[in-house]
Amino acid sequence: MTGPSLPLIRCEQVRKRYGHRRILRDVSFSVAAGEVLALLGANGSGKTTLLRIVAGLDKPDRGEVWLGPVPLSNAGHEIRRYVGVVAHAPLLYDRLTGLENLRFYARLYDLDDAEARIEHLLRSLRLWGRRDDAVRTYSRGMSQRLAIARALLHDPPVVIFDEPDTGLDRQSLDDITELFTQLRSRGRAVFVTTHDAARAFSWAERVYELRKGCLQQIAGSKRNGE
Amino acid sequence: MNESAVQGGAGRWFALLLVFDAVAAFAMIAATWAGLLYAGDAINLGGVEQVAQRIFYFHIGSNIAALLGFLASLVGSLGYLFSRRLVWDWWAAAGVEVGTIFGVFVLLSGAIWAKPAWNTYWTWDPRLTTATVTVLIYIAYMLLRNGFENPDTRARFAGIYAIFAFLSVPLTYYSARLFRSIHPIVFDGANQEAQGGFSIGPTMGQTLAMAMIGFALLFFALLCHRVRQMAFESRIDAIRGEIYE
Amino acid sequence: MMAELPKEGGQFRTRGGLAGYFRVVWAVADKDVRTELRAKEILGTMAAFSLLAAVIFGLAFDLRVPRTELVAPGILWVIIMFAGVLGLHRSFGSESDLGTLTGLLLAPVERSALYLGKTAANLVYFLIVEALLVPTLLILFDVNLLKPLILAGLLLGTIGYVAVGTLFAALTARNRARETLLPVLLLPVLAPLFISGVGLTAAVLDGRATSEAWPWIGIIALYDIVVFAVAFLFIDLIWEQS
Repeated sequence: MTGPSLPLIRCEQVRKRYGHRRILRDVSFSVAAGEVLALLGANGSGKTTLLRIVAGLDKPDRGEVWLGPVPLSNAGHEIRRYVGVVAHAPLLYDRLTGLENLRFYARLYDLDDAEARIEHLLRSLRLWGRRDDAVRTYSRGMSQRLAIARALLHDPPVVIFDEPDTGLDRQSLDDITELFTQLRSRGRAVFVTTHDAARAFSWAERVYELRKGCLQQIAGSKRNGE
Repeated sequence: MNESAVQGGAGRWFALLLVFDAVAAFAMIAATWAGLLYAGDAINLGGVEQVAQRIFYFHIGSNIAALLGFLASLVGSLGYLFSRRLVWDWWAAAGVEVGTIFGVFVLLSGAIWAKPAWNTYWTWDPRLTTATVTVLIYIAYMLLRNGFENPDTRARFAGIYAIFAFLSVPLTYYSARLFRSIHPIVFDGANQEAQGGFSIGPTMGQTLAMAMIGFALLFFALLCHRVRQMAFESRIDAIRGEIYE
Repeated sequence: MMAELPKEGGQFRTRGGLAGYFRVVWAVADKDVRTELRAKEILGTMAAFSLLAAVIFGLAFDLRVPRTELVAPGILWVIIMFAGVLGLHRSFGSESDLGTLTGLLLAPVERSALYLGKTAANLVYFLIVEALLVPTLLILFDVNLLKPLILAGLLLGTIGYVAVGTLFAALTARNRARETLLPVLLLPVLAPLFISGVGLTAAVLDGRATSEAWPWIGIIALYDIVVFAVAFLFIDLIWEQS
């Protein structure tokens, strides 16, 4: 589908319902290494559900998600090392400082060179000066950057962003665009949802829309064709 | 039990259920007649206690129904957690609902009987304590179900709670028994300390059997109706979902 | 602007074994206690409630109870039961309000390690509150509960309480009515602990033979074992989709 290399995310015929509401109907797509895929969709269209399924937080009723060569349905918890998620909520403890938050997550991911990575991320995301302040004192943009640091801490090959552009200023938006370029050049697979079609096109090689639980491609690849 | 069979509405299954209702109703009428008129008097009792002992058939009958309800909740919950089919969850939920009603009957009939026999409505006798705690647990179970929208989440969480509940009940009983016991053990003449016990004659034995069968049938009839109702609810939700799409 | 991302680390590995498992338990417990020491939400509420309840019981029973030893076991355990419920719902409540539960569930760790870490943190809160409560009862009721068997029962009972309480807090974390629901779910299931705790405390205070206290300890220990066994069986189910 996407060239000779194995796609990092492969979603096949994923179906999900909550009670009797069908959220996803046979959704299939894949994201290769070095590719950014954007997903558009109205609120309640199932974007977040699809994203949670890819992140392994939810199980599909039918279908399968592969991360690299590994099917999620049949993987141990170590597979979660493969994914980094920047969710809608920042996933941070507001009473703890930025440094403490990252140190805590580094312990959960059992990282070897935790301190070096944390320092590097905090410096490159311009948070080093505020590292000892509680997260509750951070601005929206700062918590967003810390959330990104949290997601990239274990340097996952697959990075998922759930509407990273809501409530951000110009500068932070540019940062995200810049980050996508970097992730692309480092061969990561990026899966991002947004409301903003124009922004989706500026970020991604391919843009899909989720409507009534079905996935439709609305733009071709900027680089190699499908 | 087959999902489509339950959802079949007014088909063969419904006709069968109506027949079953009639049998249960007949058995309950027979048990009531036997309990009030057919069963002989207890030999060693007199006065109000002699009248009160007839509540015993109702008490034991309800008790059987309540136990069956709680058994249904355990089987249904385990069934759901292993198979992930919602039908099992309906049986568990219906078992708790119907079982709780009979559980309340057990407590009320026991209290009414205890006033003349023990000279108090209530004691913290182990079986009484356990029965009360069990009823409270299953009321909590129903409240827990109430708070979830998604039927699968509701089934999963309720199932886990039901299993915890079921395991805590014997421990409640043993800890309460260590505290004390004055409940009559009716069929065991050796228990000297139990107050209000009485020996049982042949007509009383037959009546007891009829009461137990009658209540068990009544329980199953109500259980099937409740499950059928839940199947309809689920069907309505499904149709509603399709309409809104 | 953003600089280079750090070098790629080994994504897949299985290391640590049991030690790795308990490092996670410790990380979660440490994080919880550290947060709590700053917020003082749980500890403050539980401690204030316990002391208040002790005073109210004191007033209620004053001059009506010939010997306070008669009611002290009940008072001790009732206060612990109710104070505990107050604290437990925050344990997942705050995670689910902040959304950080998702962060925990995304981590490549056993779910049961998260549960054990949470349980350990709650145990710390309970023990701190009990350490305040027991001397308070000594002062207000002139009852000395500082006896090895009572304390052993208190510790074992608290472990069982916290184990089942943490699990139910996880169950109710996203329920519509979590604050009000938790005590209704929890208290009847705790009946064996409550009865045994009161029975044990009473037996020791009455100065009965030590052999009479052991069955109570036995029931409490059995309860703990059952609760942990069932919790480990089902904890993955609670969080398989959240």
